[in-house]
Amino acid sequence: MSAALKIANFDIAAIRNDFPILSQTVHGKKFVYLDSGASAQKPRAVIDAMVHVMEAQYANVHRGLHWMSERTSDAFEAVRDKTAKFLNAAAREEIVFTRNATESINLIAYTYGRASLNPGDAIVISEMEHHANIVPWQMLRDSHGVELRVAKITDAGEIDFASLEDKFTDGKVKLLAITHMSNVLGTYTPVERLAKFAHERGAKILLDGSQAVVHRQVNVQAIDADFYVFSGHKLYGPSGIGVLYAKREILEAMPPFLGGGDMIASVSYERSTWAKPPYRFEAGTPAIIETIGLGAAIDYVEAIGFPAIAAHERALTDHALAVLSKIEGLHILGSAQDRGGVIAFTMDDVHAHDIATLLDRQGIAVRAGHHCAEPLMGRLGVTSTARATFGLYTTMEEIDALAAGLLRVKQVFA
Amino acid sequence: MSETAELYQTLIMDRTKNPRHAGKPAKFDFEGHGENPMCGDRVHVYVADNGTRVNHESRGCAIMVASAELMADAVAGLTLDEVTERRMAFEAMLNSGTPNPMLGDLNALSGVSEYRSRIRCATLPWSALAEALGGAK
Repeated sequence: MSAALKIANFDIAAIRNDFPILSQTVHGKKFVYLDSGASAQKPRAVIDAMVHVMEAQYANVHRGLHWMSERTSDAFEAVRDKTAKFLNAAAREEIVFTRNATESINLIAYTYGRASLNPGDAIVISEMEHHANIVPWQMLRDSHGVELRVAKITDAGEIDFASLEDKFTDGKVKLLAITHMSNVLGTYTPVERLAKFAHERGAKILLDGSQAVVHRQVNVQAIDADFYVFSGHKLYGPSGIGVLYAKREILEAMPPFLGGGDMIASVSYERSTWAKPPYRFEAGTPAIIETIGLGAAIDYVEAIGFPAIAAHERALTDHALAVLSKIEGLHILGSAQDRGGVIAFTMDDVHAHDIATLLDRQGIAVRAGHHCAEPLMGRLGVTSTARATFGLYTTMEEIDALAAGLLRVKQVFA
Repeated sequence: MSETAELYQTLIMDRTKNPRHAGKPAKFDFEGHGENPMCGDRVHVYVADNGTRVNHESRGCAIMVASAELMADAVAGLTLDEVTERRMAFEAMLNSGTPNPMLGDLNALSGVSEYRSRIRCATLPWSALAEALGGAK
């Protein structure tokens, strides 16, 4: 379907050709998109797959006895198999489709949190979580009487295991909910070690894979993750589709999230019984078109392959760290050993929003603000930062354009 | 840097770098606060000397600081009704991008109209001023 699917080696020109939006100009300048960490652009293969569903193969799923519904259900359910394989889940029933990673975490908080955690139990998060992995737990704490504890990070932006140990000492912790890759510091967390750490202390582990799943092969069985969540739109798929992976025995013990069609075994006016996972957690008509788009995105990424993607992005990150650190007055946040293509920075005397606006006039899109991680901004002693994030289509020339753009920002503020 | 001239022009950059009305006065009659949760910017506005002097304490971007400065110039000595009139004209100008002779130097911010996400930066000091003057009514 697309050029990049046919090539064995990483061909950046062919890859960029797969993304129609990248050939646009913005403010008369070549469009340099360095905001993939907020949401990634979509390859032709994803766009075509979604158009194809609507043009040729669309009906509601899991209901119709007619040919079109069966075909659509098959295509929809094939994405569940694909996603299970993508994460190396033990079974397709361990994949629940949601709206996004945020909804996945909320689903866990509402169902697992209410059914399996008791007042007095504790949940541990880290200082570098996205609001999506903070607020649902605060809501659970307030409604359900569980305790929320925050493990420290080091100044380099890595998990502080001494602090983590400290949070676990009283044996009350039942869940460790932590990012697989920081959306601000770019830090990859040592997920196998964290899972072992949690399990040895009688806790389950939830990993927020929103950033990591785009850049690295994730193997939930090798990690021994109890829960793993991500969003389709950061993985070059559409918005409106997210994934919740959980071990089968955990999902089976979880009560439903939303009530409605599809999630029931039987309904009478007096009572209803719940369907088995994953359908128990998928009430109502799902995001059919978006799910099929996610399937195409997974195919696309896997055809290029994570070894090639990771090598390309490592080279980009190394180059970016080298050129940005040469800019006087620019400060990069975090210096973790294991870090990826997420680089947040500040500049002396220039506010992050001014950086973003001035770069935008040069066609360069970066994010500025607190990146939905306000507590982390406080921990780092900044109010807002600019952030450049890379995807598989990012080029070395775009990193250079960023560096040149930042020098011009400095001139304006000199 | 022509592509940014319309927004980051000399007047704005000069007032951001060399503010004339920054800092809390020893004595003041009214104060108001503005905060943008999107970016963490905050501004505190003080009205002193019977409305003839306006000061601000700002932590934010160039657009917000320059707007606070130009606002302090523009409203000193005005009546409450005149301040409201200026504020409405200013907000209309930010939305339309069309300078208004009544607004004088405030028209330097007309380029903000091209950046919908930055309009809030320019209006934040005016919100703080409105809060301060709410106490004057």
